[in-house]
Amino acid sequence: MPKVTVDGVEIEVPQGATVLQACELAGKEIPRFCYHERLSIAGNCRMCLVEVAPGPPKPQASCALPAADGQTIRTDTPMVKKAREGVMEFLLINHPLDCPICDQGGECDLQDQAMAYGRPFSRFDENKRAIDDKYMGPVIKTAMTRCIQCTRCIRFSEEVAGVPELGMLYRGEDSQITSYLEKAVTTEMAGNLADVCPVGALLQKPQAFESRPWELRRVPGIDVMDAVGSNIRFDVRQRQVMRILPRVNDDVNEEWISDKTRHHVDALVRNRLDRPWVREKGKLREASWSEALDLFAKRLKKAGANVAAIAGDLLDAETMYAAKKLLEAQGSSLLEGRQTGLTYDVSSLAAINFNSTIAGIEDADVVLLVGSNTRWEAPLVNTRLRKAQRKGAKIFGLGPEVDLGMKVAWIGNDLKLLGKLPKEVADAFAKAERPAVIVGAGALAANALGAALGLGKSLKLVRDGWNGFNVLHTSASRMAGLILGYAQKGGIADIDKAKPEVVLLLGADEVDPARFAGSFKVYIGHHGDNGARQADLVLPGAAYAEKHGTYVNTEGRVQRSERATFAPGEAREDWTIFRAVSDLFGSPLPFDRFDQLRAKMVAEYPQLGRDGLIAFDWSPPKPDAKAEGAVVYPIRDFYLTNAITRSSPTMHVCSEELVQGRRVQEAAE
Amino acid sequence: MGSVTPISDKDRIFTNVYGFQEPWLKAARARGDWDGTATLMKRGQDRIIEEIKDSGLRGRGGAGFPTGMKWSFMPKEPKPGKPNFLVINADESEPGSCKDREIIRHDPHKLIEGALIAGFAMRARAGYIYIRGEFIRETEVLRKAVAEAYEAGLLGKNAAGSGYDFDLFVHRGAGAYICGEETAMLESLEGKQGKPRLKPPFPAGAGLYGCPTTVNNVESIAVVPTILRRGATWFAGFGNPKNEGTKLFQISGHVNKPCVVEETMSISFRELIDLHAGGIRGGWDNLLAVIPGGSSVPLVPAAEIMDAPMDFDGLKALGSGLGTAAVIVMDKSTDIVRAISRISYFYKHESCGQCTPCREGTGWMWRMMERLREGDADVASIDKLYDVTKQVEGHTICALGDAAAWPIQGLIRHFRPELERRIAEHTGRGMLEAAE
Repeated sequence: MPKVTVDGVEIEVPQGATVLQACELAGKEIPRFCYHERLSIAGNCRMCLVEVAPGPPKPQASCALPAADGQTIRTDTPMVKKAREGVMEFLLINHPLDCPICDQGGECDLQDQAMAYGRPFSRFDENKRAIDDKYMGPVIKTAMTRCIQCTRCIRFSEEVAGVPELGMLYRGEDSQITSYLEKAVTTEMAGNLADVCPVGALLQKPQAFESRPWELRRVPGIDVMDAVGSNIRFDVRQRQVMRILPRVNDDVNEEWISDKTRHHVDALVRNRLDRPWVREKGKLREASWSEALDLFAKRLKKAGANVAAIAGDLLDAETMYAAKKLLEAQGSSLLEGRQTGLTYDVSSLAAINFNSTIAGIEDADVVLLVGSNTRWEAPLVNTRLRKAQRKGAKIFGLGPEVDLGMKVAWIGNDLKLLGKLPKEVADAFAKAERPAVIVGAGALAANALGAALGLGKSLKLVRDGWNGFNVLHTSASRMAGLILGYAQKGGIADIDKAKPEVVLLLGADEVDPARFAGSFKVYIGHHGDNGARQADLVLPGAAYAEKHGTYVNTEGRVQRSERATFAPGEAREDWTIFRAVSDLFGSPLPFDRFDQLRAKMVAEYPQLGRDGLIAFDWSPPKPDAKAEGAVVYPIRDFYLTNAITRSSPTMHVCSEELVQGRRVQEAAE
Repeated sequence: MGSVTPISDKDRIFTNVYGFQEPWLKAARARGDWDGTATLMKRGQDRIIEEIKDSGLRGRGGAGFPTGMKWSFMPKEPKPGKPNFLVINADESEPGSCKDREIIRHDPHKLIEGALIAGFAMRARAGYIYIRGEFIRETEVLRKAVAEAYEAGLLGKNAAGSGYDFDLFVHRGAGAYICGEETAMLESLEGKQGKPRLKPPFPAGAGLYGCPTTVNNVESIAVVPTILRRGATWFAGFGNPKNEGTKLFQISGHVNKPCVVEETMSISFRELIDLHAGGIRGGWDNLLAVIPGGSSVPLVPAAEIMDAPMDFDGLKALGSGLGTAAVIVMDKSTDIVRAISRISYFYKHESCGQCTPCREGTGWMWRMMERLREGDADVASIDKLYDVTKQVEGHTICALGDAAAWPIQGLIRHFRPELERRIAEHTGRGMLEAAE
């Protein structure tokens, strides 16, 4: 561990640290633009200059200089101050003075650092340079005159997003960042480009000119668009979530989120169910809460134990727990969360967990994707795989060939291959130290979990300190639902067979309307989508941003989200609906407040009470090696996978341009 | 000093620099090239490097780094999968420089033989000659000469019968000055945009494709065989201490006979011009200033340069440098501000745009220079310009920032009265116009 002296303070820094990191460890702030912890080092902005001895008698770029034993680093000398002022002046001479109309204003690195390290005046008497704006796709707005050529966006798209479609054209002061042929950047992670941009050159197009950062209240949340459970931040103005940004969590999403996670936010105020609806003569009509709850209670009473609940993909554990308690009071245990008819064995949760953990998959050296389009099922797992590959991992894929933004050796699309892997795959696994298999939604749908478990055994995926057997779910509510018992042996078909009199569709929008033909369907959810369309009674609930909730992601990580705002109109938090209706027939559920509900749930399921990974015992069911046929990836359109995204104009634009391939021209430009 | 006498013809290394003879193999052999190359190589890598160190050869590309020492940085035992490479910088784009071009088109076999010996000495598996894109005829000559050498068994397997395998490739650049910077050249060779890399790591550690690489100038390589044949002491016998050897000087500008000529290092400027360039146009009294080493070094006014020794240290003492020894002579008819402004434009045009001070600074400096040329400025803006050059110098990834700053600094240092005169004149004119 090298020892360095930073401004007179001697500290020890980790091997391989840079001078910039050493200064940060010593508590010194080093201004920077091009340097980003998660991207490769470019060293081109020259803002991080410090004085280092021994070394040449000129300031050194600290981001690129390795910290070495015995170095003396100064960050507070006149030379450093002058160097920073000089670089800042250069950055500003061609930067427009349009901060008042720039969306980055208030959270702009250039603005902040100009205040802290710049000169208070300009000596530039010439004309400023201007650069044409570029088209980069439906979620990125550009104002390229503001660009300071830090190349963070280029490095992000190449290294993290896996789409080398950005680059720099021309040279010298005419340099311009652009996308290949000015086409949309074909990544699900494009929104992060605006996050890494230190200035207002790349901005979020859907949120252009909508809000200022200082008017926003920040609430920590958990994303429900996929089963990764990305850590997000709701930025709220008054009662509306204005935007969603990533929060840093190195175990889950690092500091990225997908465009779906970020830009479905406009749907939180669109197409919302804000009052109860009752179906009369085949048509839904508005109703009051008292009428709706009376009808609900009457139906429940009549049905007795003959009632079922189907949990949707976006639900929190508390809602599912409250509904389960309601059904228990009725004497029913007809619970299911796998709306599309999956029937895999749930006797051991370890066998359907992402055991290597999301961060851990980075360390894998051979990975086999079984029926998993990771890029669409979990873009943030895909970035981890890409990282693993950059470290040298070999990645094989079984299923229809798709572009995952990295080199994948596709071995074919027949699940029979699970029983007899091609030689190169078997050889690679034989040599691997940390082998991993990822079973995706396509394989689960084709009932290949058993066969994959067989593979787990033969490839010795579980060894000392490593469990490489991974199931990648696509639904945020899945793991919590399975813990809470939302699973039947035969899946949703079993419930259909039981012919329940009343079916509660808890935000369940993916259920085939042909199911439960004779049942009274009660939809409790937040968007007017497939579920509400087939329901006989619609009770407006809260979307995930409007309630506290516990979520368990695909690796069994318990995380909590906070309420950012209130549900619109008369809509209310889902558990209060169950509580109210239970009151109506005289046996109220045993919780009056949310914290009581959560306490009850945690008392019954202690694993849901602790943040972090749940430790599942590895005791997989006996593998059933029979699997055959082709894989079909269930996600047909990344941007339109649930009720919220289907209500989002931005998601529709993204889908049209990036999935369906229809070129959307920018209006009036 | 003082012991420096002009070299005689028998001591010239480049005997065909004017192209009076054929460049091809047969003629080259007649000139002594490829004579006993295998015997030279039999001395072994370490002795060759020692010999080059002893000869005092300093890199001829401009920076003047001792060549032998540079070679000794290369790993003695290349790791498997990480062979050593030699890259020869023939991207001669510095305004004023035209020596590599003469070597390549008239004496390519000196370069090729040097490449083999240098490559052998640094245990390189292959060499790449990165030749400037605009050198179309020169590339043709070089390609043909390399093909000749392959045909004669002088390159490839068992090159020149030495038992050593060495391949030599010729790669054309696409016309960017910055690709003459060694790491930008490596990037360009790898097929990327020619933008300099951060150092460290230095090319000797991780260069071309991440393998240990040495980048040498054409002239540095081309003189190697002759040094080995005639001995280090012979080469070290020319010039002042630490500036030994002979050197191709490229004299251009306001002299009576512009030329490229091989002379001993440390020859005085006056002698060099009188002997080879036929004197200054209009006589020595008409000399205004000299840029002694290509556009990127500061100019030196007449009085200081006249009797100065033309070598690395002598010119450094004058606040300038030998650079590539491209001597640009300017007489009193020169608009010196315009000349430097034109050089500023060149650097603005050739800045790669990677790092901030150079990208933004070169344009700003050029625009200020243009205004000073007209005098459309105030006196304080001279200091501002000087300050801006100081803000660029030493703050960039590569030396292009320094090269853009130095000519302007030289101008301000030596010709400030001229700048002020123009400003005063312009202001006066402005006042007259306003009064009318």
